[in-house]
Amino acid sequence: MDWVFRADEPIYTQLCEQLALVIVSGVYAAGERLPPVRELALDAGVNPNTVQRALSELERRGLVYSQRTAGRFVTEDAARIEQARAQLARDRARDFLGAMARLGLDRTQTLALLEQLSGGDAKP
Amino acid sequence: MSTILECRALKKRYGTKEALCGVDLTLETGRIVGLLGPNGSGKTTLIKLACGLLTPSGGEIRIDGKKPSPETNAVVSYLPERIALPLWMTAQQAMDFYGNFYADFRRDAAEDMVERLRLERTQTIRAMSKGTREKLQLILTMARAAKLYLLDEPLGGVDPASRDYILRTILTGYREDATVLFSTHLIADVEAVLDEAVFLREGGVLLHERVDAIREERGKSVDQLFRELFAY
Repeated sequence: MDWVFRADEPIYTQLCEQLALVIVSGVYAAGERLPPVRELALDAGVNPNTVQRALSELERRGLVYSQRTAGRFVTEDAARIEQARAQLARDRARDFLGAMARLGLDRTQTLALLEQLSGGDAKP
Repeated sequence: MSTILECRALKKRYGTKEALCGVDLTLETGRIVGLLGPNGSGKTTLIKLACGLLTPSGGEIRIDGKKPSPETNAVVSYLPERIALPLWMTAQQAMDFYGNFYADFRRDAAEDMVERLRLERTQTIRAMSKGTREKLQLILTMARAAKLYLLDEPLGGVDPASRDYILRTILTGYREDATVLFSTHLIADVEAVLDEAVFLREGGVLLHERVDAIREERGKSVDQLFRELFAY
């Protein structure tokens, strides 16, 4: 997969978010084993300690769990994954609203734009 | 966490020119550290002091608690700025040479990297392009199971695609019980692989911080911070 990192935020937090996204979108299914740290580090082109840190954070959030010898797995708790999905969606929506506000659109204009775009071909 | 490299008030003079003027620096085991600074800030001097190619004019430098010596060099793998292998050697012969010379040389790891970087084993170094020579030298350096890797400008002469591969080679070679210190100007390219950044300015340590801490506390990348600190 493609990994892109912005300049203004720690890499581990971005890695955390991107890994959460991958899990929520089902690339790694519930209960599936994640690649080892070294492999993820090579794939993303980042420091292994950074990957370690991101995975620990995901573990703290209950999205992944580790088994001493077998490695790390995606949680089997579907509710937990749904919760992560909702959280990611909220974050993205907030980013979007922030961007619209900076462009000078008010609430009504923003909602109208969303309505129009999400309506696709059905727009008036 | 143990300390692999320690400098205390380390000084180096060349004639009247002070290349390092009191460097205090401690590097722990298991880190990938970027040695960053403009030309002439003392990066190469520091690396050469660490592998005993230069002797300090003052202060001290210790590798794994000991002064640089043949004993410490046995656990230090050094990539010089310029190729240091005889030009008549082929890649194959260079691997044989390293295998004979260094007890910790992992031939299988070297072969594997030669394979993946698609180097020709029978080509002489003389016939290799600058970038290919650098790749070979890096492979030989990273194929040693050292405790400290000192890489002087490993990305110097290679194209962006190879740069990516070289960073991955460094990541592949990296182990938890080893530390990698490498100097470079290409900060934006290497930032993601670094644990820590050391900024040198005019022979002194201007800053030594974790890369995540720089981003977290200052909200900017190491590259941006570098440009700010060294703006003309």
